[in-house]
Amino acid sequence: MSKVDKILICGGTGCISSGSGKLVNGLRAALAGAGLEIPVVLTGCHGFCEQGPLVIMEPQGVFYRRVQVEDAEEIIAKHIKGGEVVERLLYTEPTTGEAALTYKDVQFYAKQQRMVLKNCGHIDPENIQEYIAAGGYEGLAKVLKTMNGDQVVEEVKKSGLRGRGGGGFPTGIKWQSTRQAEGTKKYVVCNADEGDPGAFMDRSVLEGDPHAVIEGMLICGYAIGADEGYVYVRAEYPLAIKRLSIAIAQAEEAGYLGENIRGSGFNFRLKIKAGAGAFVCGEETALLNSIEGERGMPRPRPPFPAFKGLWQKPTTLNNVETFANVPVIFRNGADWYASLGTEKSKGTKVFALTGKVNNTGLAEVPMGITMRQIIFDIGGGIKDGKKFKAVQIGGPSGGCLPEELLDLSIDYDSLTAAGAMMGSGGLVVMDETTCMVDLARFFLNFTQKESCGKCIPCREGTKRMLEILQRITDGKGQQSDIETLERLAKVIKSTSLCGLGQTAPNPVLATLRYFRHEYVAHIEEGKCPAGVCTALLSYFIEPETCKGCGLCAKNCPVGAITGVVKEPYTIDTAKCIKCGVCITKCKFGSVQRR
Amino acid sequence: MSSCCQCGNVVPDPRQQQLAEVFKKYAGQKGALIPVLQGAQDIYSYLPAEVLKQIADALNLPFSKVYGVVTFYAQFHLKPRGRNIVRVCLGTACHVRGGAKIFETIRNELQIGDGETTADLRYTLESVACIGACGLAPVIMVNADTHGRLTPDKLKAILAQYE
Amino acid sequence: MSQVTLTINGQKVTVPAGSTVLDAARLLGLEIPTLCYDPMLSKPGACRMCIVEIPGMRNLPASCVTPVAEGMVVETHSEAVVEARKTIIELLLANHPNDCLTCERSGDCKLQQYAYEYGVREVGIQGEFHQYEIDESNPYILRDMNKCILCGKCVRVCAEIKGENVIDFAYRGFNTKIAPALDTKLAESACVYCNNCVSVCPVGALVDRRLAGKGRTWEVEQEPIICTFCEAGCNFNLLKKDGKVVGVAAAKAAPGRPMCLKGRLGLELIHNPNAAPAYLKKDGEFVEVPWAEALGLEGILAKLLEKGQKAE
Ligand SMILES: Cc1cc2nc3c(=O)[nH]c(=O)nc-3n(C[C@H](O)[C@H](O)[C@H](O)COP(=O)(O)O)c2cc1C
Ligand code: SF4
Ligand code: SF4
Ligand code: SF4
Ligand code: FES
Repeated sequence: MSKVDKILICGGTGCISSGSGKLVNGLRAALAGAGLEIPVVLTGCHGFCEQGPLVIMEPQGVFYRRVQVEDAEEIIAKHIKGGEVVERLLYTEPTTGEAALTYKDVQFYAKQQRMVLKNCGHIDPENIQEYIAAGGYEGLAKVLKTMNGDQVVEEVKKSGLRGRGGGGFPTGIKWQSTRQAEGTKKYVVCNADEGDPGAFMDRSVLEGDPHAVIEGMLICGYAIGADEGYVYVRAEYPLAIKRLSIAIAQAEEAGYLGENIRGSGFNFRLKIKAGAGAFVCGEETALLNSIEGERGMPRPRPPFPAFKGLWQKPTTLNNVETFANVPVIFRNGADWYASLGTEKSKGTKVFALTGKVNNTGLAEVPMGITMRQIIFDIGGGIKDGKKFKAVQIGGPSGGCLPEELLDLSIDYDSLTAAGAMMGSGGLVVMDETTCMVDLARFFLNFTQKESCGKCIPCREGTKRMLEILQRITDGKGQQSDIETLERLAKVIKSTSLCGLGQTAPNPVLATLRYFRHEYVAHIEEGKCPAGVCTALLSYFIEPETCKGCGLCAKNCPVGAITGVVKEPYTIDTAKCIKCGVCITKCKFGSVQRR
Repeated sequence: MSSCCQCGNVVPDPRQQQLAEVFKKYAGQKGALIPVLQGAQDIYSYLPAEVLKQIADALNLPFSKVYGVVTFYAQFHLKPRGRNIVRVCLGTACHVRGGAKIFETIRNELQIGDGETTADLRYTLESVACIGACGLAPVIMVNADTHGRLTPDKLKAILAQYE
Repeated sequence: MSQVTLTINGQKVTVPAGSTVLDAARLLGLEIPTLCYDPMLSKPGACRMCIVEIPGMRNLPASCVTPVAEGMVVETHSEAVVEARKTIIELLLANHPNDCLTCERSGDCKLQQYAYEYGVREVGIQGEFHQYEIDESNPYILRDMNKCILCGKCVRVCAEIKGENVIDFAYRGFNTKIAPALDTKLAESACVYCNNCVSVCPVGALVDRRLAGKGRTWEVEQEPIICTFCEAGCNFNLLKKDGKVVGVAAAKAAPGRPMCLKGRLGLELIHNPNAAPAYLKKDGEFVEVPWAEALGLEGILAKLLEKGQKAE
């Protein structure tokens, strides 16, 4: 095996919470103790969070997962000194049971096409030189030297890039409007609010490759004639804010931000604004209000931000991933970019794959591939050998796709037609143990809590829809409930002021479209087919099979299980909070749920 | 500066000094309200009414507007909070992996509801929608520590670690 | 300015570019219900009562904030529009006290009017509703936020006309509420009781306490009167019952000027023989004060007296 010259450790939020911070320090100390001078680099997110902390031994790319600080000595002794792979730290494919040696052997990565995420996990995000060495700021240099604003806009239009933040609006046209809008003061704003619960690609890009976003914003600023930009980052992302601040400072020092950038005469300054905890601030006009220090209540459109945006000045607002695509386009050319993807959706899309799937993490794939490829080839299939039921795409604004649609080629338009939405690209996989009514209730609870309260249909309507869904999952559904849900959904969608209200009913409509029978079962038969809605089920112990080991009682968090050792135990249903721990603990399958 | 000092402090409060620094940093900046509120909350760990009034005066904004902004954003707190902030993720990924049960269990254990603080100020319980660690679902955060891949039976021990 | 021609409910109309669909419809004399729109104030497009159908647009846009376009076709009362308006009214009623029998604004309330016009008799949706304490903390304005529909007019009038910014939106979502700073009672706020907000509130959430019980809108005659206390000349209404003045209501501020409490009280003193006493806030408490003090005439009186003494 070749000599190790660099060790990459993932420093994304997921891996840090799994202990990669400790690991870095421990490994560095152990290396120093062994007299070895191998650099240990804390990178951005590799997007395979579940397996974290992740370690890559370069140059070969040997891939270790779930590495703890205790493993440092063994890695040094066996791998670095002994030239042998530490087998037990390798990743095993859930589908084949085979161990993957290097990064490239892991199916999760092999099946992806990483363009936007190319640098994430492979460069040190806190070092601008590594970004430059990987081809960074080349696109900007080309733009500044050889193109004018109109040509930049044309190039983006030609690439076919569409907004990755949700709506899929053509980016070039947005830039063109802002460029043509009257006024000398203009702004570029990057939407890094990423509020969709279950999406974390924007966080990973900011943590792993912040300069790509800066470069994209610079190119945009040059194209539209702006000299100032803001990145609005949600407050829950402290690490992204930190990495971005470092990147901005380094870019300023290197002359990529500030006055007369690289001698071109182009000036651009960038500021960070931290959000304060409001999902609706992901909506563009609410975001602008929030930057202005107001309540994040959306404004009516028109006027669109391209004409009257931040402080009433023409403003281009794009998503993190949208901006991160821009340097790729200018480095490789619009024609090359437009050759990827489908006719109307170009390039790649990063999906955040979570839920009941074996490999959770970030998957970047060309537009147009099927859900089956993402979930089964990249995601390694459903966890614990369970059966796939549906996948929620687009978060609280989106909808679910059932098994019949697994082979749908996914792009902006096909998803909308199927009653879902690309949204941010959050994919939550659900198996037979997910109740679809409960899922709809979950999303409505979210949107209802996050409604800004400005307009009547969303403020009052989502509340009523939630109450109805709550009633159904509590086993108190009424015959007329489905009809009322549909009526409210229609009005809320068609009359709400902003996208939050206009899409809030989608999860209900999609589950009603594909899983109506589950609603009916709750209402008419008083049953939750997935066994989730606690009001509709209770836990009990089968006296015939209970061996009286008492393990369940020991683990019950509320002490609802009592009994005498070696005799059948019983559950006090009044005390039981239906957490289900006992089921997982009983070795004899005696705990039942009905 | 504000006249409404009901606390009767005579000794200069070091926090007041820090607050003055925050005001200085953002003096004359557009859209300064939210960063100033964030700065003030970092100092006081919540936003006492007198501080809000001071902020309104310092930024020359209507007091009613400052209150409106503070109550709009989930990040801002008007009441003192516990020494340990327990955040239970109820995002989608955590939801489908049993986040609600985790929340229920903690609620039972601490005997407080969402957004509430125990009488001894030891814990504040909050539900959050996604902390971006979906790969580890279900997760909770206690202060800055993330605890992932949880089951209800692990919670007692985790909570006990925080005094 | 260039002109734009569009078709509303089959009728052609030509309006200046930049007008809204609502403006154009009103020009044709077409009635579109509105709750948050007020020509004096900025337009939030919040209530969604004024929605219309415009083929080619994805949803039902709010006419008060939708600019006209050449060749645009608009339906103000299509089936979808009427159904949506009914549902919006129903949603408001589901969170509104069933109190029209004793409400001061009965007969003069937009919610009541639209519920009647659109025939919303039954509220098929039920659930949680607000139970706020009614604010009777001061002698001038009664605030019942349970009746508030959150149109935001009071906030805008207080900020945009009055420049006082006493109240604002607070909280969010279903819990959104109009509140003074720290959500106190009005008496503890910086309110000056100009009643601008009362004059724009479309429902019974804000009521002039001095007029409470003085008669329903159909019982009283309203006589517009212009205040002459200062050169601004704000608009008020003398409320008359059986030919006798029973009260003075704030109507509309003069352009560029706020209305004031002094003007209203002054008019009452002149026109209402049975005017209730005047109150002012002193040391945080409302106390009855002599009229001269309420009208700020004490200084002038003192000066006059002083002059008189000097002349002697
Ligand atoms: C309720 C709501 C939440 C949104 N949240 C986000 C978000 O978190 N991130 C984002 O980029 N766009 C979000 N959007 C979409 C933005 O309004 C906007 O369309 C997008 O940022 C534009 O950028 P793009 O053209 O690059 O996609 C949200 C929209 C709505 C209605
Ligand atoms: S749709 Fe909802 S979030 Fe959007 S403006 Fe209306 S109330 Fe606010
Ligand atoms: S009475 Fe005047 S000052 Fe008081 S809240 Fe109403 S508009 Fe504002
Ligand atoms: S109090 Fe009246 S004017 Fe103010 S928001 Fe409520 S309904 Fe509108
Ligand atoms: S009147 Fe148009 S939205 Fe309220």
